[in-house]
Amino acid sequence: MPIIEAEGLSKTYRVYQKKEGLLGALRGLFRREYKEVRAVDNVSFRIEPGEIVGFLGPNGAGKTTTLKMLSGLIFPTSGSARVLGHVPSERADTFRRRFALVMGQKNQLWWDLPAADSFQLHREIYSLPTDSFTRTLGELTEMFGVESLTRQPVRELSLGERMKMELIASLLHQPQLLLLDEPTIGLDVVAQVTIQKCLHDYNESRGVTILLTSHYMRDVEALCSRVLVITHGKMVYDGPLAGITEQFGRAKLVKLQFEGSDSPEDLGQYGEVTSRLGPVVDLKVDRAKVADVLALILDRYTVVDMSVQDPPLDQVIARVFEEGRAQHEADSQRV
Amino acid sequence: MKPTLSVSDAALALPAPASPFKKYWKILRISLVERLVYRADFIVSTIFRFLPLVTSFLLWQAVFDGSQQQSLSGFDRRRMIAYLLMVQISRMFSSMPGLAGGIARDIRDGNLKKYLLQPIDMIAYLVSYRAAHKMAYIVTSALPYGLLFFLCRDVFDGWPDLLTLLAYAVSLALAFLIGFFFEATIGMIGFWFLEVTSFLYIINTVNFFVSGHMFPLDLLPPFWSHMLQLLPFQYLAYFPAMVFLEMKTGQELVIGLVMELFWAVLFIVLARVLFKFGLRRYSAYGG
Repeated sequence: MPIIEAEGLSKTYRVYQKKEGLLGALRGLFRREYKEVRAVDNVSFRIEPGEIVGFLGPNGAGKTTTLKMLSGLIFPTSGSARVLGHVPSERADTFRRRFALVMGQKNQLWWDLPAADSFQLHREIYSLPTDSFTRTLGELTEMFGVESLTRQPVRELSLGERMKMELIASLLHQPQLLLLDEPTIGLDVVAQVTIQKCLHDYNESRGVTILLTSHYMRDVEALCSRVLVITHGKMVYDGPLAGITEQFGRAKLVKLQFEGSDSPEDLGQYGEVTSRLGPVVDLKVDRAKVADVLALILDRYTVVDMSVQDPPLDQVIARVFEEGRAQHEADSQRV
Repeated sequence: MKPTLSVSDAALALPAPASPFKKYWKILRISLVERLVYRADFIVSTIFRFLPLVTSFLLWQAVFDGSQQQSLSGFDRRRMIAYLLMVQISRMFSSMPGLAGGIARDIRDGNLKKYLLQPIDMIAYLVSYRAAHKMAYIVTSALPYGLLFFLCRDVFDGWPDLLTLLAYAVSLALAFLIGFFFEATIGMIGFWFLEVTSFLYIINTVNFFVSGHMFPLDLLPPFWSHMLQLLPFQYLAYFPAMVFLEMKTGQELVIGLVMELFWAVLFIVLARVLFKFGLRRYSAYGG
């Protein structure tokens, strides 16, 4: 049975349109105008046990709204979701005991108290037996490398340490599903890597299912075998990470180093020259033509070194987002 | 070694009652520890709470001196001071600073989420949290209040009898419930109107007067005095003080307690109902 099943999930918000200036504000007191905003539009997907799925999209694409619907914070306007066999918006205790939602920008720990006290509170809230709680806590603090910090008031911890504590708190009740919204936001590379590694190891050892949003492609590359891409509330891609490049990255990056101290001038006919540094040239070539172009160049010039690469993933993703935006604008003009 | 370590360990070692309440008992203990973190703030705020009382005393001194009367509506000088002291105790149980504003803020900022994601009931959580704050406050202010009452001991005619003390304890417990659930009810309005601060300000100002915090309601013309005694606010300050001073006895006492219970239940139900509908709205319109 899938852990998450979303069928045609949609959410429409009614947003109050504030008029400009004082007169507008006064008018707003009596008559308000609202605009309907489709935050999530007919999104369907399923996630199987043990998967780590990345949820990508630009700001305001509907990622957080989707996570909120899956965790039962808000009702869908239409469509349905089943998570761990429950309808999330019923907020049954048996459902709430089996998942956790961590938002990178919100904290659940008590600011003035050591994290250990918050952990104790979690033990009571989730009615965890003392011995298994102690064991889990020991394992988690060791895994995240924060054994010595649990008795320090949370306000004295660094951002990275605090995020680790947040994750520990959310894992104490051993959820089967972990929804993470920007878990590494604002963290340095070292902390990011530690958190990636911990999540990866935890998924391996416990088989917990993870759905995470992130703006850092490094997170996604390190963790997710599968990604969902959403722009303007619509799902535009669901598949393996590598597939994004195939589907959306139409060009390959050909790096060439020519003999001597200069490069030929007429390379523009083969593709787009993106950089030229003495004899070293980066050439963007249409995927289908790579072989032909290489043959021609090798035939005409003496090439010392060469490589063919996919364009960096974040560039491809940026393209996908950009296309999604253009599509959305075209759609809304037609209406 | 951090000083917080010993404090928190001591409080966490308190014994726990049986199961369903265990969760909220734990919240209470952790809140207690949190409250004790800022010790200086605690002590300063406790001391400064006495300042308004001193001005009240001086004001009534002037009123009695000016009026040439020995007694106003059954209150002589001693009674008046005793009343003003006992009102402090009532307010110790019934005042809920920041509760309504806190609920409204949690709704606005989205902190409400944590209560919806975890298997926990927000209202029960807040009751535990508030009870802990009250306990911490009562314990730490026992000494200054003890001293104050000792210095003013002449205004009291000794301890009331056991039955009165029992009725007094009940009226204080109900005062806590009315205070809490009235504020919680106001806080729930935050689901519909994001800002409740100005509304709260008006209520608190009016409350100071209609609860009898400023002076005994009996001093008002009989019509107004009776009207105000039909409202729930008198139970936040006036009624418990009058019970202790044995100025509400017999039938009046019984009816007063029954009405106090009625208001407590009403606000408990009201807060619950608003919470339920508020959550429905919150979930529909997004947090």
